[in-house]
Amino acid sequence: MRLYALAVYLFLYIPIGVIALFSFNAGRHAAQFSGFSLQWYGKTLANPFVVGAFKTSFTVAISSALLATLFGTLAAVALQGVRGRLRLLYDALVYVALMVPGIVIGIATLIALVTVFDTLNPFLATLTGPDNPFQLGLGKGSLIAAHGLFTMALVIIIVRARLQGMDRSLLEASADLGAPPMRSFLQITLPQIAPAVMAGFLLAFTFSFDDFIIAFFVAGSETTLPIYVFSSIRRGVTPEINVIGTLVMAASLISLITAQVIMRRRSH
Amino acid sequence: MRPSLRTTLFLAPATAWLLCMLVLPLVVVVVFSFGERGGAGGYVPAFTFENYANLGARWAAFRNTLTLAPFGTLLCLLIAYPLAYYLAQKASPRWRTLLLILVIVPFWTSILIRSYAWIQILGGNGLPRLIGEFGFGRPRFINTPFAVMVGIVYGYLPLMVFPIYVALEKLDRRLLEASSDLGSPPWRTFLQVTLPLSLAGVATGSMLVFILLMGEFLIPQLLGGGKVFFIGNALVDLFLQSRNWPFGAALAATLVLVMLVTVTLYLRSLRRLSGGRDDVALM
Repeated sequence: MRLYALAVYLFLYIPIGVIALFSFNAGRHAAQFSGFSLQWYGKTLANPFVVGAFKTSFTVAISSALLATLFGTLAAVALQGVRGRLRLLYDALVYVALMVPGIVIGIATLIALVTVFDTLNPFLATLTGPDNPFQLGLGKGSLIAAHGLFTMALVIIIVRARLQGMDRSLLEASADLGAPPMRSFLQITLPQIAPAVMAGFLLAFTFSFDDFIIAFFVAGSETTLPIYVFSSIRRGVTPEINVIGTLVMAASLISLITAQVIMRRRSH
Repeated sequence: MRPSLRTTLFLAPATAWLLCMLVLPLVVVVVFSFGERGGAGGYVPAFTFENYANLGARWAAFRNTLTLAPFGTLLCLLIAYPLAYYLAQKASPRWRTLLLILVIVPFWTSILIRSYAWIQILGGNGLPRLIGEFGFGRPRFINTPFAVMVGIVYGYLPLMVFPIYVALEKLDRRLLEASSDLGSPPWRTFLQVTLPLSLAGVATGSMLVFILLMGEFLIPQLLGGGKVFFIGNALVDLFLQSRNWPFGAALAATLVLVMLVTVTLYLRSLRRLSGGRDDVALM
């Protein structure tokens, strides 16, 4: 039994080890390790395309995660007061957002937005003048909107689970003592759901930062980090991808540990 | 009951987002799937079933998806179950949390990077070269169904381990003791007590993995090299290369439909298997 577990862990970690090891490779060839060197780190970090793609991914991930966390949390809180058919409809929508494959979301968003833009753009052109007409197009905005849809559904589920497990007697006590609803919300509900909100935000950020398939359809001319990695894998095996992979893994590990530490402190 | 003003205000942004970015796009897909292809690609309004009638042209993608996705799910299940069992029942409590975290960590790195690792391992200069040096010839791994399967198991194993672990962890140990006190051999206790009580976890895990596999694009693309393609690969081709939007929309709508039907059938049969208990539910 223990040997079996060990074998599975080896299976899980050998590929990650390969990525990390080969990112320090001195040679050009990705498949042969010919000595330790940091040269690929230098080259990768100096590549303007990598830096640009990272900035795009980071901007999109931060914005979509912030919006998704804000709107998702508000919706989860409000849904507590909604019953009956409306509630069922809302729950169904949230599950559909989570269940429909990313590739279908990507396609659907692409054709819907392109159709809407093609209809609106002639009007916008006449409104804003022929010299420098304002036109809608795919880009960061559509990326944020598409990522935020999925992650908002995720936040709603996570925060709602926390709200359901919450002690309601505190809220009742607060109301009995004459606190207005907003104050009870800020002083009792919010601190209790804070860990769930934080977890939702981190999940939302990670999802957006890692997502390839939705971005592949709706990014327009923007290049996110996963799109950059995908197109360089297509061009052939290069040590640069190992460097990007190692850096991203290290960063997400650090943020995971930080989140864990923050939550531990809160609960003490 | 009428929702209060606060409730309405709180729900408004989320509702607008769901309507504009989920409901509208899905409606557009359904509308497009009955349309005709424009001269330069794109869409011309029409009402025809031609796109659905032509789905047979992409039969290979359906066949691959509907065989490799269930097979991949099964493989994940077979590999994950013993690990989850070990973590929940055998591992020492001191190490349990760490071991669990170690299962998820790979899941936190992008599937793109993880598949790239396997391209290096299974590609010509990786394992085949190593095997060749021992004098066994140079087998070919990359761009085969085997490579796709390795990528699938590697990518989705954590998703399967977790729900099964949760189910096994909740399991009342007194039931196991009772079973062995009454003279059941361990295998019988496993089949008659442990396994049925962990079916909820098995159902959740296999549903999660199966749903994600049905829409998979990256793993077959990178490790199957265009030879082992899924519906996802056909969709990317139709939307981004050959620009046949109406046909692509019909394919996407069919994918979602097939997914929903399979999930419903699976959950129903599982519920029957577990004797109609309600805890076998996806979410």
